[in-house]
Amino acid sequence: MNDTICAISTAVGIGAISIVRVSGDEAIDIVNKIYDRDLSKMDSHTINYGHIVDGKEVIDEVMVSLMKAPKTFTKEDIVEINCHGGISATNKVLELLLNNGARLAEPGEFTKRAFLNGRIDLLEAESVMDMIDAKTENARKLAMNGIEGKISNLIHEIVDRLYDINSNIEVNIDYPEYEDIEVMTIDNIKDITSFIDEKLNKLLKESENGKIIKEGINTLIIGRPNVGKSSILNKLINEEKAIVTDIAGTTRDIVEGQIRVGGVLLNLIDTAGIRNTEDVVEKIGVEKSLGLIKEADLIILVLNNNEPLTKEDKELLELTKDKKRIIAINKVDLETKLDESELDGEIVKICATKDISILKDKISDLYNLEELNNKELTYLSNSRQISLVKKAISINNNLIKSLNDGLPIDILEIDIKEICETLNEIIGESYDEKLIDRLFANFCLGK
Amino acid sequence: MDYEVIVVGGGHAGCEATFAAANKGHKTLLVTGSIEKIAMMPCNPHIGGSAKGIVVREIDALGGVMGKIADKTLLQMKMLNFSKGPAVRSLRAQADKVAYPKLMQEELQKHKNIDIIEDHVEDLLIEDNTIKGVKLSNGKEIYAKAVILTTGTYMKANILVGDTRTVSGPAGTRPSLYLSENLEKLGFKILRLKTGTPPRIQRDTIDFSKTKMEPGDDKYYTFSFDDKPYYKLDEQEPCYLTYTTEETHKIIMDNLDKSSMYGAIQEKLGTGPRYCPSIEDKVVRFKDKERHQLFLEPESKYFDDIYVQGFSTSMPHDVQEKMVHSLPGLENAKILRYAYAIEYDAIDSRDLYPSLETKLIENLYTAGQINGTSGYEEAACQGLMAGINATLKIEGKEPLILARDEAYIGVLIDDLVTKGVRDPYRLLTSRAEYRLLLRSDNADLRLRRHGYEVGLINKRQYNKLVKKEDNINKILDELKEITIKTDKKITLYDYVKRVENSIFDIEDKLKNKYDYLELEQAEIIIKYDGYIKKARKEADKMRKLENKKIPENINYDDIPNLASEARIKLKEVRPLSLGQALRISGVNPSDISILTVYMKRYFNDNR
Repeated sequence: MNDTICAISTAVGIGAISIVRVSGDEAIDIVNKIYDRDLSKMDSHTINYGHIVDGKEVIDEVMVSLMKAPKTFTKEDIVEINCHGGISATNKVLELLLNNGARLAEPGEFTKRAFLNGRIDLLEAESVMDMIDAKTENARKLAMNGIEGKISNLIHEIVDRLYDINSNIEVNIDYPEYEDIEVMTIDNIKDITSFIDEKLNKLLKESENGKIIKEGINTLIIGRPNVGKSSILNKLINEEKAIVTDIAGTTRDIVEGQIRVGGVLLNLIDTAGIRNTEDVVEKIGVEKSLGLIKEADLIILVLNNNEPLTKEDKELLELTKDKKRIIAINKVDLETKLDESELDGEIVKICATKDISILKDKISDLYNLEELNNKELTYLSNSRQISLVKKAISINNNLIKSLNDGLPIDILEIDIKEICETLNEIIGESYDEKLIDRLFANFCLGK
Repeated sequence: MDYEVIVVGGGHAGCEATFAAANKGHKTLLVTGSIEKIAMMPCNPHIGGSAKGIVVREIDALGGVMGKIADKTLLQMKMLNFSKGPAVRSLRAQADKVAYPKLMQEELQKHKNIDIIEDHVEDLLIEDNTIKGVKLSNGKEIYAKAVILTTGTYMKANILVGDTRTVSGPAGTRPSLYLSENLEKLGFKILRLKTGTPPRIQRDTIDFSKTKMEPGDDKYYTFSFDDKPYYKLDEQEPCYLTYTTEETHKIIMDNLDKSSMYGAIQEKLGTGPRYCPSIEDKVVRFKDKERHQLFLEPESKYFDDIYVQGFSTSMPHDVQEKMVHSLPGLENAKILRYAYAIEYDAIDSRDLYPSLETKLIENLYTAGQINGTSGYEEAACQGLMAGINATLKIEGKEPLILARDEAYIGVLIDDLVTKGVRDPYRLLTSRAEYRLLLRSDNADLRLRRHGYEVGLINKRQYNKLVKKEDNINKILDELKEITIKTDKKITLYDYVKRVENSIFDIEDKLKNKYDYLELEQAEIIIKYDGYIKKARKEADKMRKLENKKIPENINYDDIPNLASEARIKLKEVRPLSLGQALRISGVNPSDISILTVYMKRYFNDNR
């Protein structure tokens, strides 16, 4: 028996209607105790007018949706109360439910039940959780695509092709003398390895973009003292609405603030209080800078237009040369003493105290933000999934090596299977029986 | 008590069960419908084959008889899949259908612990859900401590040819009429299964010049780890390859409604094996294929039957005539025995423990086709395990349960008791997850120790094993010590590791002389080291789950959140461990997580 859980499912205080969701074996009974009509007499999947009452006192005028198990999100009975009376009425409804035997749901518990009851697969469950967390429109789109199974389809396609190869190998092994069955050759497998390599690397690359959309771009503004880092930082934070400022105490305590440029989040990394000291490298040391640089997705390296390149500048240029980087030449309103020919890569010239829109455009360019905004997004969006894809790519590389070493086909199949298992882990499926079914569906053999 | 063990049925399962019990020193009775049909091969003339050949070696490693009898009577020997990798190599012999059963019968008859009687068992004697003996068709009751049922396809057997259904066992033998009904009364679920066999042709009516010859290997092999080869390479009997023609396919399509399987018989039929479709099935399901391979295989030195592998059918006799005559080389062929399909009763193998003891009746064991499998080797290995475990139980010892990473036999029995069968079950290499560990070459290293411990492998055989293990280790040590100069100086170990090199190139550089099989073993260990380790790691993961035992008194209805399908399946199978639970189809990893959490909470707390 599952206990019955409830929660306010809409954002508190926003919008004219708030919904209180109740799920569990006693959902209908509990709501009935505070509803002035009898839900047990109503059809499933209907919405019904009525009042929530506390004894004789009417709390709110509501519409109540009734969805009976199993065709519901959690596969349990679900009742959703659409409240109209604002925050206090909604809270009162919730309180009444709790007093009548429901328990307050933990964050994500509805989704967890949907997963545990087999309503959605792991990937879908994660997508729903992502949706709850989605902070920008792009992230929401991404989450939606996950739910609709686009990612699952992509994985299925790859796994399907691998299983075709494997069932062919198995048939060759189990029916060695059936010469009219295509023999899986090394060349066939080579084809599949390049297919996997291409597909997965593409997925990975896009997924990393997906991660950027969801989690934001970790952006580090760096430069030697007095080049104008704080001006840029302040300007960015002031011009764009900062979503979070100062989230100290979390694991991201190096993040100074999150801002949105176009549809994408920038997580601005505070290099240990650059606003105060202006003296990064000296204060925190090269080692720490290195750590921060490694952490960052994007480096904005600030140089002073009014001075020639110093040793420190060159050091920072060297440290960041392999990163995604924008060189911001600041103080263009002053005399140019900087030799631009010594620099390469993405360069913008700004006067941070006046206008940094060129810098923002450059960021948008660099991440193809326009494109990301419009595109159908089919990416893996969390690190568990991404690390599994990376694992699959690395096994595939091992497979390519074994192919080149000339190992026998039966050995190669171990890698192929492992790739399948790794990818299946992303969508949480097992294929063992399916392989054998396929063996007999696709090949003609037997005594 | 008349006997310690009674074995019911003298097929391949029954023979192994009888020998296992008798060789362990127990007074054993074999009840068979016909002594001269003991160890008969009613279908194909092979012992071994892909995966099955490895099972024959496993049987030998454990102390069974199939490999030894086959070695002494075979017509041809092949190592299949030689080039496809060490894990899938498997021996297959063309067996002699006269010599093999005859030798088996002689061995049974001269064994001091074995009695044989010709009769049918029609009922079981049971008290307090424990087996006490059997009741013969003549009413006689015989008592024993354990009974092993190896009834093959005989329970309620029906032969199907065209639109006729005849009550008969294979090759015209008498079926067992009442046993399955009596089992059903005891609470066993009964399945109806079906299999088929192709026609037999008179050898001298075939024009072999129109076919392709398929000779045996030009290298000696034996199934048994104790044997030297008994056959001569150049005296092996060849097989021949021919194909169906357009005409064959036309005859089949034109007469499809006359096939028992395609509507000629109206009632619902038993489930046939997917891996062994009839020729009708092949032609219907694979319409685009212009032709299908057929192998013409000799059945014995002592008579001139030729088996047409790939041509099993349930067409009426006149259509079979036309079909056979449409084959290249068989235009004037004389059919000696027509093809037929056979339908029979089996029990639901999920009613068994992994020891093959039934869950319903204590000390009652079942093995072979009665458990829903197909194939001589599948039957034999179950018979062996049932024989071992029935006698271990009598001796008051724990049963021998082979793990999935230990033997194909373990894979087979685990599949049976965990997943059950829908169609007759055949072993396939693809059923073994850790097959790199389950090789033909290391069956003795994997299993002989078990055979020794249960008392089927003698001290001399055991010492031979220990010496082999020592020598393999010595070879590995020597290879690591000795260096060789190629493009640079490397150890022999690293030299052998390279795919293009062989251990036999540098054999003479070793300090000691070693056996061919020891060197081969060392080479496989070195060459596939990385992959073997990978397989071992995976297997260890499985073992961990396997060691998490599910309490016998668990009530699956008490566990919240279990998916309802998983709940039903878990209640049906009642798995012994989390590992086994995970292999049940319909039980998902999330169900296992829920189960784990439940077990932690309710069982650890209560202790």
